Amino acid sequence: MDIITAKNLHLHYGTFPALKGIDMNIPEREITALIGPSGCGKSTFLKTLNRMNDTVRGVKITGEVKFHDQNIFASDVDVTLLRKNVGMVFQKPNPFPMSIYDNVAYGPKLHGSHKKNELNEIVERSLRGAALWEEVKDRLKKSALGLSGGQQQRLCIARALSVSPDVLLMDEPTSALDPASTMKIEELMSELKNDYTVVTVTHNMQQAARISDKTAFFLVGELVEMGETSDIFSMPKDKRTEDYITGRFG
Amino acid sequence: MKQDITKGLSGKRRAYSGVMRGLAYLCAGITVALIVFVIAYIFYRGLGHISWEFLTTTRSVLNDTIGILPNIINTLYIIFTTLIIALPLGIGAAIYLNEYAENRAFVRIIEFATETLTGIPSIIYGLFGYLLFRQGLGLGTSILAGSLTLVIMVLPTVVRTTQEALRTVPLAYREGALGLGATKWYMIRTIILPSSLDGIIGGAILAVGRVVGESAALIFTAGTGYALVTNYVQALGTSGGSLSVALYVYVYEQGKFDVGFAIAAILVIIVLLINFAAKFAQKRLKRI
Repeated sequence: MDIITAKNLHLHYGTFPALKGIDMNIPEREITALIGPSGCGKSTFLKTLNRMNDTVRGVKITGEVKFHDQNIFASDVDVTLLRKNVGMVFQKPNPFPMSIYDNVAYGPKLHGSHKKNELNEIVERSLRGAALWEEVKDRLKKSALGLSGGQQQRLCIARALSVSPDVLLMDEPTSALDPASTMKIEELMSELKNDYTVVTVTHNMQQAARISDKTAFFLVGELVEMGETSDIFSMPKDKRTEDYITGRFG
Repeated sequence: MKQDITKGLSGKRRAYSGVMRGLAYLCAGITVALIVFVIAYIFYRGLGHISWEFLTTTRSVLNDTIGILPNIINTLYIIFTTLIIALPLGIGAAIYLNEYAENRAFVRIIEFATETLTGIPSIIYGLFGYLLFRQGLGLGTSILAGSLTLVIMVLPTVVRTTQEALRTVPLAYREGALGLGATKWYMIRTIILPSSLDGIIGGAILAVGRVVGESAALIFTAGTGYALVTNYVQALGTSGGSLSVALYVYVYEQGKFDVGFAIAAILVIIVLLINFAAKFAQKRLKRI
């Protein structure tokens, strides 16, 4: 089952074409990795999937992206609900300057949960889901900014899980972390795919090979090829993909 | 070739450098000395004339006694009335300019206007308030007319400082909130305003400082009344001189320099306290 499908998606920043006719199907409960050199459009594509590009000035989008068969650009779409269902984790951990508990409770509160025991339960479930509960359960009221970088990123994952999304978009979630924290996040991602669809942007080819089921290779705004990760890395169909993964450019 | 590092600057250049350094020291010294002298002189002339009676009674023409309680109360009324209008208005405008406005050219024009307005002499605001509030709207010489005039005067300060504060909120916080599905206003209310509170309060305290120190704009609008009015609503419609205005009246119209210096000493103390409060608020609230 494909949970997200993009058809002939074009995106311009002003007059600059950042995405040139992307067609892509993203399968449910798998990890899809988007790879490619800097400026190839992979992050732009990711941010289009929950319309975070709406906040950027001068963005023009044509084509279509369907989430559960509904066009996300349709005029009757509530962006708030789209983003609740398609959550996002950013490149640099960005916990809010408040307590660990309040960080995770922020999402449920904004979507209308205010009962104390309900929130407690969501916070615990989300932190467990992000493999952070054991480390922070005794200091939930402490500031989130006191956590290490890796813990902060797992907190951000917990925060994204708190509103029960179907899809998690991750924009280079480990590029600001040390190797040990990176490994933890990777393990976590492999577990998350049991319950969630994960789309991740990565610069790290080993990471894509290690954790993803599908890999999509972007180059200057085009999707060059997409397929099973094992196929992409062992026998890419396109010469440009081969050049990139063998390190000839990028 | 061997480099000689023992004979660097010529004597002339060395002397020039020394003279310039001396001049810089001298300028700094004169500046500090002037400030210290002014404050010390005000305290020297003024503190001796501050008594409990002076602070807690009203002026009596019959007994020929002077008390500044009404002026203290008037000052508080004016601060309160000005802030309760200027803060919501100014913070709201800053939120619009920073978070909502799409038209960059329009924003730049408003920003230029507010910047210019902060530099206009206050007596011009007084003249404007005199015509608009006292005569145009028929508010007469009153605390309300004075406060409304000061609202216009401090509004640019409130807008500017709030804008600066809003700008310091990292993009990452905004993305985090929006990415969870927060609406724009929810994000502003729960993330942006709390994390810029220190700067906003700093701006409010600056505004209080300007209100406390203002005289020209108030003489024209709030007048020089010295009756004690304890009912706030009634006071709004009554002429009332603030401390700074009272200083002007006592010295310029009655030649009572001792009273003037006593009020001046009180004002200096208030301004110092306000500046300490601003520093404290900014340090303390930075970490939420």
